[in-house]
Amino acid sequence: MNSLPFFPVRASTTAGQVDNLYFAWLALSGVVALIVALLLVWFAIRYRRGSAANRAVADAAESEKKMHRIEIVWTVVPLALFLAMFVWSARVYYENVTVPKGALPIYIVAKQWMWHAEHPAGEREINELHVPLGRPVELLMTSQDVIHSLSIPDFRIKQDVLPGRYTTLWFTANRTGEYHLYCTQFCGASHSHMVGRVVVMEPAAFEGWLSAHASAPTMAARGAQRYRQLGCNGCHGAQAMVRAPKLEGLFGTPVELRDGRSVLADERFIRDAVLLPNRDVPAGYDASMPSFRGQIGEEELLEIIEYLKSLGNATQQVVP
Amino acid sequence: MNSAAIASEENYLTTGWNWWSWLTTLDHKRIGILYTITITLLFGIGGAAAAMIRLDLLTPHSQLVSVETYNKLFTMHGVIMVWFFLIPSIPATLGNFLIPMMVGARDLAFPRLNLASWYLFVGGALFTIYALLAGGVDTGWTFYAPYSTTFSTSQVFAAATGVFIAGFSSILTGLNFVVTIHSMRAPGMTWFRLPLFIWAMYATSLILVLATPVLAMTLMLMGIERIFGIGVFDPALGGDPLLFQHLFWFYSHPAVYIMVVPAMGVASEIISCFCRNPIFGYRFMAYAMLAIAAFGFLVWGHHMFVSGQSAFAGTVFSLLTFLVSVPSAIKVFNWTATLYKGHVSFHAPMLYALGFVGLFTIGGLTGLFLASLGLDVQLHDSYFVVAHFHYIMVGAAVMAFFGGVHFWWPKITGRMYPEGWARFSAILTFIGFNLTFFPQFILGYLGMPRRYPVYPPEFQVWNVLSSAGASLLAFGYILPLIYLLWSLRYGERAPANPWGAKGLEWETASPPPSENFHATPVVTEEAYAYARTEAPHG
Repeated sequence: MNSLPFFPVRASTTAGQVDNLYFAWLALSGVVALIVALLLVWFAIRYRRGSAANRAVADAAESEKKMHRIEIVWTVVPLALFLAMFVWSARVYYENVTVPKGALPIYIVAKQWMWHAEHPAGEREINELHVPLGRPVELLMTSQDVIHSLSIPDFRIKQDVLPGRYTTLWFTANRTGEYHLYCTQFCGASHSHMVGRVVVMEPAAFEGWLSAHASAPTMAARGAQRYRQLGCNGCHGAQAMVRAPKLEGLFGTPVELRDGRSVLADERFIRDAVLLPNRDVPAGYDASMPSFRGQIGEEELLEIIEYLKSLGNATQQVVP
Repeated sequence: MNSAAIASEENYLTTGWNWWSWLTTLDHKRIGILYTITITLLFGIGGAAAAMIRLDLLTPHSQLVSVETYNKLFTMHGVIMVWFFLIPSIPATLGNFLIPMMVGARDLAFPRLNLASWYLFVGGALFTIYALLAGGVDTGWTFYAPYSTTFSTSQVFAAATGVFIAGFSSILTGLNFVVTIHSMRAPGMTWFRLPLFIWAMYATSLILVLATPVLAMTLMLMGIERIFGIGVFDPALGGDPLLFQHLFWFYSHPAVYIMVVPAMGVASEIISCFCRNPIFGYRFMAYAMLAIAAFGFLVWGHHMFVSGQSAFAGTVFSLLTFLVSVPSAIKVFNWTATLYKGHVSFHAPMLYALGFVGLFTIGGLTGLFLASLGLDVQLHDSYFVVAHFHYIMVGAAVMAFFGGVHFWWPKITGRMYPEGWARFSAILTFIGFNLTFFPQFILGYLGMPRRYPVYPPEFQVWNVLSSAGASLLAFGYILPLIYLLWSLRYGERAPANPWGAKGLEWETASPPPSENFHATPVVTEEAYAYARTEAPHG
């Protein structure tokens, strides 16, 4: 209680942009509130009952016209200001929802009441998130139960984490240190215990931290193992007898579907293909894939996705 | 007429004193009083929950109650305050009492329906109180799925049923008001001679009638998923959790305007009266309220900027939100300009009304912060949001409600309230409110999430300030309860028009006769026809 905090620290490249918006609104609304307050006080004193102030209206018609002009002015001026602020804030928002290419992926599974993070290199952590300084990081997030929301106020970022789908959040940390991480969507009894810390490290220290557990298999390796365990190879493998799409090089490419649509083979596509295989059937194939719903957890599914991503560089032919 | 003559006259309060005459009354004025008593009791429950919350937040470790209890406290606080106090507050009490009198009618269009609405409301309230006694609800007043449908083990269904039932009270009250305002205006009472309070009630009623059914559907779908496991919202059952949010906010955003538009109406009446000036820009004020009611239906998605809805949808909702804020800004400027060249006096209702303008201005301006896409990401689900909506729904709306209760108290009860105490409470409420909620803006930007009984220690100092303010605020709310009840017996007898106000309700006795007017009034002048340069009386 020895300090009185007013503003959170800025620990990401996003923070400054959001702060600028905040300060602009503080200034703008401060001016408006001040004008309203001063006018109210001034009128209240000058025109208090019994005061000698002149209240005569010289020309009723003229004053009516003046009133209309005033109404138009204080309709149009706020509207113009609001539109300008809208454009600015929308630009900041778009920048902050557009994940830059080459961002370092980290996978997040939220559950009552903990944050589970998994790095492609294989490191897993709970209620902690280690990230490198100065490099864009993309969080690919899903929930195992109810809606959660991942919030890092010192980075000025937040995104709900939903069951049944993936949402993303990205940031570039620009200040080393430890920062709060909160769940901000009410998720049950221990909602306020679903907190953790983000540790921003110098890139070299981060590499060191990752390699401290170098003996652990990478996420892709774990994904490959699940892939075999679930028998995916039986149909999707090179020697398979069943006609199923080949998955090498699939990730990130457009897929023509049987119903004529074309979708991008992203995380959502793979998730749906595993759990709801009849939803998006590639052109030229039967809807013969079984659903793995109930047989595979969120973490395993993410590992398989990471495995399929790792097949991206294979020289094999692309799915039709 | 002198006051002694009025007192001996038969009035709506003296036409039967037993319980039965009250519980079967078809008189809109008595039904208004039934509502007032009911929502005062419910406000007490909701306020007690708030007091527990603020006490618990004095320390970062939730030492007063367990986290489970805390979750039930803020849920009960929200459910009771939103649906059982704020939504009915001004419409069901002052609206019921004043609409027929202001338009010059004997009663509302459907008196029996009006009484039925009150019984529905009480039924809904009883269900909700049952949910409270039977273990409580822990979902938050927002009932977000799939937590509410699949995961919570608390009394979600009973609470939702209570809200569902009370919703029909809202719908029927809105319907009653719309029909009354359309069809029962006295001769000469044209649309643009209506007091702005009537315009406010009209706009509010439209929202009540159009939005509340969507809430009923949403709660029913939630109940169906919870009881029968039919997948609507829970992805594990094939549902979509964002669908719940869309449906919920389609009602609940307009619901904010159900709370604040009536307050705008009350403030307009009071400010005009105590400035002895017509409301500046009367037509703009009326249109602005209709615009708010209409645009209010198109902005629900601004509650979902970080929910996973598309960036495009977020952009559209942000733009529309900025548009709906323009009429609100116009209203603030017009109230301010009404003081210009007036004869301003500072009776308690006026202090409350000026407090309303101040708090509404802060609440509205901080709403713009939240409407800004890039900035909302930081503020969403933080204490900034909590502070913002309390400024609008409690600061502004309750301030105006108290102002209205004081303003029309002589008319309703035939007694004057003690002016000194009332001015003191108005000022105390204003100071206490700001001390409670202003620190929460700062907490919000620092990142303190809402619905957290346990929080990092660096936030404690702001929470202590906020709790200290809440204790002042509590006094500000309890004091009027005491002196208003006192005035029922000991207050000075009120003349028909103690404020020298314009409006039909002031042309009849205080308290009014059962039939409101002995002869149907005929309206020959505009609303607020205070002569601009006329020397004031009294």
